[in-house]
Amino acid sequence: MSTNTIALSELSVSLPLPLRLHEWVTTVDHKRLGILYILYALTFLVAGGIEAIIMRLQLIRPHNDLVSPEVFNRMFTMHGTTMIFFAAMPLVFGFANYLVPLMIGARDMAFPRLNAFSFWMTALGGLLLYFSFLGGDGLYGGGGAPDVGWFAYAPLTAKTFSVGHSTDFWTLSLLVSGIGSVGTAINIIATILCMRCPGMALGKMPLLAWLNLTMAGLVILAVSPLTAAQLMLLVDRYLGGHFFDTQAGGSAVIWMHFFWIFGHPEVYVLVIPAFAFTSEIIPVFSRKAIFGYPVMVLATVAIGFISMSVWAHHMFTVGMSSGANTFFVLSTMAISVPTGIKIFNWLATMWGGKIRFTTPMLFCIGFLFQFLIGGLTGITLAVAPFDWHLGNSYYLVAHFHYVIVGAILFAAFGAFFYWFPKVSGKMYNEPLGKLFFWLFLSGFHLTFDFMHIPGLLGMPRRIYTYEPGRGWDIWNVIVTIGVFFQVVGILVFAVNLVWSYYRGNAAGNDPWDAWTLEWSTSSPPPGYNYAVIPTVRSRRPLWDLKHPEDPDWRYE
Amino acid sequence: MSTFSASLSNGNLEWRLPSRGRVGMYGLIAAEAAIFTIFVVAYLFYTGKSVTGPQPKDVLHAPIFYTVCLLVSSLTVHAAVRKLVAGDIAAFARLWLLTIALGGTFLYGTAREWAHLIFDEGLTVSTNLFGTTYYSLVGLHTFHVMMGLLALIVVALFYFTARLQREHAERLEVLSMYWHFVDVVWVVVFTVVYVVGV
Repeated sequence: MSTNTIALSELSVSLPLPLRLHEWVTTVDHKRLGILYILYALTFLVAGGIEAIIMRLQLIRPHNDLVSPEVFNRMFTMHGTTMIFFAAMPLVFGFANYLVPLMIGARDMAFPRLNAFSFWMTALGGLLLYFSFLGGDGLYGGGGAPDVGWFAYAPLTAKTFSVGHSTDFWTLSLLVSGIGSVGTAINIIATILCMRCPGMALGKMPLLAWLNLTMAGLVILAVSPLTAAQLMLLVDRYLGGHFFDTQAGGSAVIWMHFFWIFGHPEVYVLVIPAFAFTSEIIPVFSRKAIFGYPVMVLATVAIGFISMSVWAHHMFTVGMSSGANTFFVLSTMAISVPTGIKIFNWLATMWGGKIRFTTPMLFCIGFLFQFLIGGLTGITLAVAPFDWHLGNSYYLVAHFHYVIVGAILFAAFGAFFYWFPKVSGKMYNEPLGKLFFWLFLSGFHLTFDFMHIPGLLGMPRRIYTYEPGRGWDIWNVIVTIGVFFQVVGILVFAVNLVWSYYRGNAAGNDPWDAWTLEWSTSSPPPGYNYAVIPTVRSRRPLWDLKHPEDPDWRYE
Repeated sequence: MSTFSASLSNGNLEWRLPSRGRVGMYGLIAAEAAIFTIFVVAYLFYTGKSVTGPQPKDVLHAPIFYTVCLLVSSLTVHAAVRKLVAGDIAAFARLWLLTIALGGTFLYGTAREWAHLIFDEGLTVSTNLFGTTYYSLVGLHTFHVMMGLLALIVVALFYFTARLQREHAERLEVLSMYWHFVDVVWVVVFTVVYVVGV
């Protein structure tokens, strides 16, 4: 069977372009779907990035009129929606798709066809969202792209205030991509629980598998409430329902609750895979096994549970009872405990190790620092009285970008460089990788460090322009300048990946001298992953193989 | 590559994993339960908040008979799969068709109730908040009954074309898990709509 598959994959290289495209469109292979997810996410990362650039250019000086207020509203709505649902989520799912089966010694996901279905649902969702630029007008001349903010509070989404189809495209795209997300989450859980290779007990899985298991559980419990809320919004908009219609006794606040019951666990859906990348990369480049494996697993699962009970810290400024405020302050504070445990475990892994400062490791170290700072500003915002002053200011915007860009995106870039040799079979260019790191790091800090200050000085988010002389001007200039360092960095990144893919040196099976199963097969892996399903005895099967005189299973 | 893999495996290891069909169905059930939870919370939150009539106590009558039909269909689907495991395909088919009939009866009951509410009482999804929450929650459940029935009918078609074998029992067990879930949800919806909400 294996010789047949090799022959087939060799054949496909020489196929004409339409047939090769047909192979990609109809594929059910987890590696190809993973790559499709990641390429799709990168496309939308660029789209969302362009929207961010437009906003920053508009805000570079007071009374700027580069774009109209209406267009500015569309830009921040599309930027938020795109980055969360069509850049970050597909990126997370792409890596999970590609890596989980390889790392647990399986040949594919549990449900390959469901996998393809989920990807194409997500793809349809993104297309629906962007079709709104053309089709949002409807017959009413009132639309364009959605302009209700990425959390689309009622009553902005009511027919009265949102004529045309822009909000319909927003809600349908999230509904459709939500179905894809839940499908993939079910698939990841079934794969991890039911497809592990012999010997890989739950306690012997790579941490990446554990963290993705937690992430998938959170997706099921968090995205489904969003789906329910979108169904209610559709009932309101299409059937004349009154869920969020305050004049008929409905409630605008209940939409906020439903949205944030999704919205806060969603943060952990995105950051837990980032933890997963660092938990694989830091040990390999510190030349030490991960410090405190069981505690890392426990802390992750604890984060998963606590994250379901913190949502209303997004709503301190809405006005809740003091009992509710106190509960959500305390639960939000509590979640920093397992998170802190993880940071100390990564530091302890590096402590005393022989650290190799390769590009993936640099990004993981950046992740550690920035995640810590983003977490600390998060604790300040968890204090309700402090939040009353700074909620919905640029301080808040700076805080969550510190987590999403500084932590999640940095870890994802680390993962790109770490697994690029496995996926492409080629080594990336190390000097270009380091140049990208330093450019992006400088741009990130110029933008998001200085963004805290206008927030502290009272600049609210989502304003399309501002008066001069409020002390905000110079900070907005610096923030916008930082964007250009990031853009140049991303260009270097793109050049590096494309150039290395065609001209890079062959990577070999195991360029990092790593320890998890994916490095035991060829780069790129064959369609069937493993000719013989491996059997493992410890958490680092390749260490056991390379050091038969001192295998890990003696100590676990 | 093959040397790595070959030397990694030493075989002869007792190795059992859960069935992926069951795990997948539990995942789907968890997701659906989360969706229903949000709708139930909305229903309870909005109970008594309608600013205009009709109110639930004026128009709702608990559909006891149709509820019993749906609950019994859970027993028949379970018994049907047991028969298939035992290899008695004819008995399986009788129970399976009975399940479909019971599910269909339940749908007929919902249709009767909705026709009464719409045409006699003038209650639609846009009449008031009660109408919105009632038709959404009950309708969401009805949609799940319809999906379940569709799957049951597909299996029946496989039986009539003589393609159904004993080895399919595990898959039908997974399907019956879904049907049980739809039943349990009805117990919650019934309690919320016809007991607590009136």
